[in-house]
Amino acid sequence: MKQGLLRERIYFFIFKISAVLGISILLVTLVLLFNSGHSVISWTFLTSHWQHQNITKGGIFPAILGSLYLGLGVMVISFTLGISTAIFFSEYNKNNLVKRILQLTIRNLAGVPSVVYGLFGLAVFVNFFSFGTSLLSAMLTLSIMTLPWVIVATIEAFSAVPQKFRESSLALGADQWQTIRRVVFPIAIPASITGGILGVARAMGETAPIIIVGATFYLSSLPSSIFDKFMALPYHIFILATQHSSPFATSYAAGSALVLIALTFLLSLGSIIIRYHLRSKKDW
Amino acid sequence: MTLIKKQKRFSGYAPYFIFGTTAVLTVGILIGIFAFLFIIGIQAFSSIGFAEFFLNSDWNPNSFHTPSWGIISMVVGTLIVSLLSLIFAVPFGLAIAIYLAEIASPKIREILKPIIEMIASIPSVVLGFLGLLFLAPLVAKVFTLSNGLNALTASLLVAIASLPTIASISEDALSDVSSKFREASLALGATKWVTIKKIVIPAASSGLMAAIMLGLGRIIGETMIVLMVAGNTRAFPQSFLDSVRPMTANIAIEIKEVVTHSLHWQALFAIGLILFVITFIINFAADYFINKNKL
Repeated sequence: MKQGLLRERIYFFIFKISAVLGISILLVTLVLLFNSGHSVISWTFLTSHWQHQNITKGGIFPAILGSLYLGLGVMVISFTLGISTAIFFSEYNKNNLVKRILQLTIRNLAGVPSVVYGLFGLAVFVNFFSFGTSLLSAMLTLSIMTLPWVIVATIEAFSAVPQKFRESSLALGADQWQTIRRVVFPIAIPASITGGILGVARAMGETAPIIIVGATFYLSSLPSSIFDKFMALPYHIFILATQHSSPFATSYAAGSALVLIALTFLLSLGSIIIRYHLRSKKDW
Repeated sequence: MTLIKKQKRFSGYAPYFIFGTTAVLTVGILIGIFAFLFIIGIQAFSSIGFAEFFLNSDWNPNSFHTPSWGIISMVVGTLIVSLLSLIFAVPFGLAIAIYLAEIASPKIREILKPIIEMIASIPSVVLGFLGLLFLAPLVAKVFTLSNGLNALTASLLVAIASLPTIASISEDALSDVSSKFREASLALGATKWVTIKKIVIPAASSGLMAAIMLGLGRIIGETMIVLMVAGNTRAFPQSFLDSVRPMTANIAIEIKEVVTHSLHWQALFAIGLILFVITFIINFAADYFINKNKL
């Protein structure tokens, strides 16, 4: 018996250490990045144009802007398509078998490697639709990569709304669209959007697909339309880390990585906080 | 009266058509992914031949003599990295999950779980960059190699990338086990650890399998980390300290340099198609485990 308790203590200690180590991975990542990158972060770094010849003179503004454009584009496209699709399958479609097959397929598509979505974007948007390697191609490719996430989150959010809410509304004489718009939608939408934002944060950090469909390392001017090439933070970090010869490249890569992490963390942290807030507010 | 009726009918059908059309469009796009990969990839298979593709160990499409199209060394590269990553990430992830679900107080769990999940939002290019800067030199030092760009370094980083998936889904699986089981076991005099080992883990086993499967899907698809720190040699790897070029890295390296619609281009799509099929099967397996004997 005593031996059993000792063994239990040892095991529990190992589990606790694992959890501490798991958290320290995050901390170590942030500390290492901060150490190597904080010295380059300045107002100029954040707001001025990239200088290819002497990287210490310029900033990463075009890359930040490019990533923000991408994030915004992905949000608009994947939320519009994803939420409408999910509403159709969870509220209108009565065929359960179709719904289950689609849900299974869509969930599995969320696990397909991003580089494969990149290939798809190259074949379809860059070549087939002749959008070229452009901001538009990248937005569409990343949106399609994010779509399964948005759809899954939205279907879950909609099925979490109690059936009696819909029945009460219909019993009061509202039609189906009114019920969806006034009753189900307001309850379900925050959860679906938080799920979607996590997907967008992930998309903004993706590098492989945008290498394939359109990011560039150097621009003479900011993109003026969605058909232009663009710079983006992840690709910028990749090139600085692997292909740039300047002795300052490492600290500039780390500085850019800090900015990228700040952007994605703000998005994910925001949605995680909203999720916890919503969970505690639910009172049925 | 008729106007109201018409309006009401409109409000009934219009959303149906709008949402229905969008849904069909979206599903069409998602099926289209497979269709495009399949159509382009299959052309490569028919020109190159399955035997050359899967049995030749040499990949050299730009050879001046006869180009060779064997993907086996990349497949082995992917396998080595995946296996090593699983060896690191599974015990570690499960230990974290057990701590969160069974040992930590609810308050600590509420704080720790989101922190673990935040690891998932570190972009993989950042992990690759840190690996290049810190981990690769460390690995080179420990094993006295000329550089640390090899399968082991890549696996350690890919394991970190897959850790939140494995830990978080395992924790869900463990927490889903009904507390009645735990109470019954404790009431019979079992210790907490015996209860976890003999009751909770077996009851959650299919959920834990699903977590590992989803982690594996993440590992196989990881591109940027392996592209940056796995070394990218095309030679057939002899050990886990050799430089490897997994399938994902090969696509990312070569796709920008090939002529559109050339055989080489199609062959890269074929590799993409193989990755798609593998991850799809893995995710189906995960789904099977999730739905199997739900308690």
